[in-house]
Amino acid sequence: MDSFFSVLDATIRVATPLVLAALAGLFSERSGIVDLALEGKMLAAAFAAACVAYMMQSPWAGLAAGMAAGVMVALLHGIVSIGYNGNQLISGVALNMMVSGLTPVLALAWFQQGGRTPTLDDAARFRSIELPFADAIATSAPLKALFGHNILVYLALLVIVVVSWVVYKSRFGLRLRAVGENPHAADAAGINVKLVRYLAQSISGALCGVAGAYLVLAQTGAFIQDMTAGKGYLALAALIFGKWRPWAAVSGCLLFAFTDAIQIRLQGSALPLIGSIPDAFIQAIPYVLTVVLLAGFMGKAVAPKAIGVPFVKSR
Amino acid sequence: MSQPSNLPRWATLWLMPVLNLFAALLVSGLVITLIGEDPVECLQLMINGAFGYPEGIGYTLFYTTSFIFTGLAVAAAFHAGLFNIGGEGQMYLAGLGVTLVCLGLDFLPGWVVIPLALLASMVFGAAWAFIPGYLQAKRGSHIVVTTIMFNFIASALMTWLLVDKLIMPGSQTPATRLFAESAWIPMLHELAANLGIELPQTPLNATFFLALISLVVFYLMVWRSRWGYALRTVGLNEKAARYAGMPVSKVIIVAMCFSGALAGLAAVNELLGSTHRMNLAFTNGIGFVGIAVALMGRNHPFGILLSALLFGALTQGGLDLSFEKPAITHEMIILTQGLIILFCGALENLFQTPLALAFKQMTKR
Repeated sequence: MDSFFSVLDATIRVATPLVLAALAGLFSERSGIVDLALEGKMLAAAFAAACVAYMMQSPWAGLAAGMAAGVMVALLHGIVSIGYNGNQLISGVALNMMVSGLTPVLALAWFQQGGRTPTLDDAARFRSIELPFADAIATSAPLKALFGHNILVYLALLVIVVVSWVVYKSRFGLRLRAVGENPHAADAAGINVKLVRYLAQSISGALCGVAGAYLVLAQTGAFIQDMTAGKGYLALAALIFGKWRPWAAVSGCLLFAFTDAIQIRLQGSALPLIGSIPDAFIQAIPYVLTVVLLAGFMGKAVAPKAIGVPFVKSR
Repeated sequence: MSQPSNLPRWATLWLMPVLNLFAALLVSGLVITLIGEDPVECLQLMINGAFGYPEGIGYTLFYTTSFIFTGLAVAAAFHAGLFNIGGEGQMYLAGLGVTLVCLGLDFLPGWVVIPLALLASMVFGAAWAFIPGYLQAKRGSHIVVTTIMFNFIASALMTWLLVDKLIMPGSQTPATRLFAESAWIPMLHELAANLGIELPQTPLNATFFLALISLVVFYLMVWRSRWGYALRTVGLNEKAARYAGMPVSKVIIVAMCFSGALAGLAAVNELLGSTHRMNLAFTNGIGFVGIAVALMGRNHPFGILLSALLFGALTQGGLDLSFEKPAITHEMIILTQGLIILFCGALENLFQTPLALAFKQMTKR
């Protein structure tokens, strides 16, 4: 039973940044802008969070900096895709490459530690929150899995609820979905398509910012070159896996995080009947699942209709 | 991708890419200034590193060779309206094809092994591109997402194969044994020595000529063949192509296979031309650079030749630069590549309006 809870614990830890990034992607893609830039937004945020948290010795300052960096990359993506009607796919790929190149260059120039930032002190990180019955939590696996996390994990939980309300129940959510499905109709109804898309990009950047900050402030404690390691793409896969719906995307993230958590447990150990499974196979599960889903073998994933098409106001 | 333009043709074809490139280099220069180095001095060091001495030129052309292949691969898919981000994975799998042929058959003479390895690289690369192509054409799954996923799957698969299966027995590093010398593609300095010319030792090898031939073949296939006509029609207007009776699905699938096969040849340059064994990192982002090469070269073989040369020079010059200036690492080159993709690919029309205005003014006078 304890091993079940330790897997649950690990799943939640791994899933948190994925969930935040997938919901970030949801805003962008539901507004009609393809978001391959999730990876770059997260990486930029991780770097900014590491630098600022180190200099100010405060995780909250780091979080704010991370969100600001995420929004900056998102707005760049916005200017290219919304302002200049550029190719959104290419913009995403380009931004990811730029951030992946720029961050280690700056880290080396500012901290002289070979492309990484100095390790943060405990005071500059998010630690598991202190509850009155802290001792009980530390010793009991089930309690630890549920209550032993840092504040960002619970924040992410709150974000899921808020996002699904915003997307489906709020006026902004209706407009968001409208500009992503049929921008010309939305435009005719008096909605400012470009503004809604810019807002969606900003929210996407802010959420990716939290995700990137989480990697540094709650997990590694320092920026490491290319530390997102494909998590942005994995979140995008989860979003598609969840057919662009908030709760389903979150389930996708949990599933992918679970495969990651059991992979560490299964390392080297043999399973009954199948024998031992190479790590690589378990690593590849999320990607294979996404391909299979996209191919329509597991229900149909229908993208927002206007995704990837620049909006040019008709006369 | 390109919008109708009221600029003269030469301005769209030459002036705009050069302006975009200049903008990208300008931003790189700003970053270099920001970290306290002199961008002009760095540019001089880079140019000197890439073209200033024979060895530098050899390395530049060696990198150019791989970039021609991955650039052509991206362009082949672009002409059918497909964005193939999977060059990296296709090259990785092609490396597997080359490696299997070499590990199994390299006791045979070179004239048997090398053609077989070439064929294997193309077949494996094409096969890895076939699946996303098939899924796009027949099942409607988006090629960009599938090829991204296939890059990750390829990376997982190859890590497993290299660590568990193909690793040299008794070795700790995940790499295969050295291929037998018969499977090595002759280096250019060896060929030149046979003719009595002395060249410095560089990994530049005969694959370079294959790359040049591929450029010509690509031109003939895309612009001078019936198949190429169908390819470009599907890319420009899929509905029109379908209406004209072209087998759209088949064209898409074949285009992806063509693309994958071209990406695969880059593995030949790296494995049979230079390292002579397979290791984990041999693709090293070459597939992604192909995107930049194709965008910069406007998907035309001649443009791709020039932009592959530019990126070859960036890679080699950047390496030399990082020896001189430790603050400017290889990542600076990645940043520059990203900027070039952004300016030449996504912001390709950035200067269109101001240029169009300028030309209007000039013609008025």
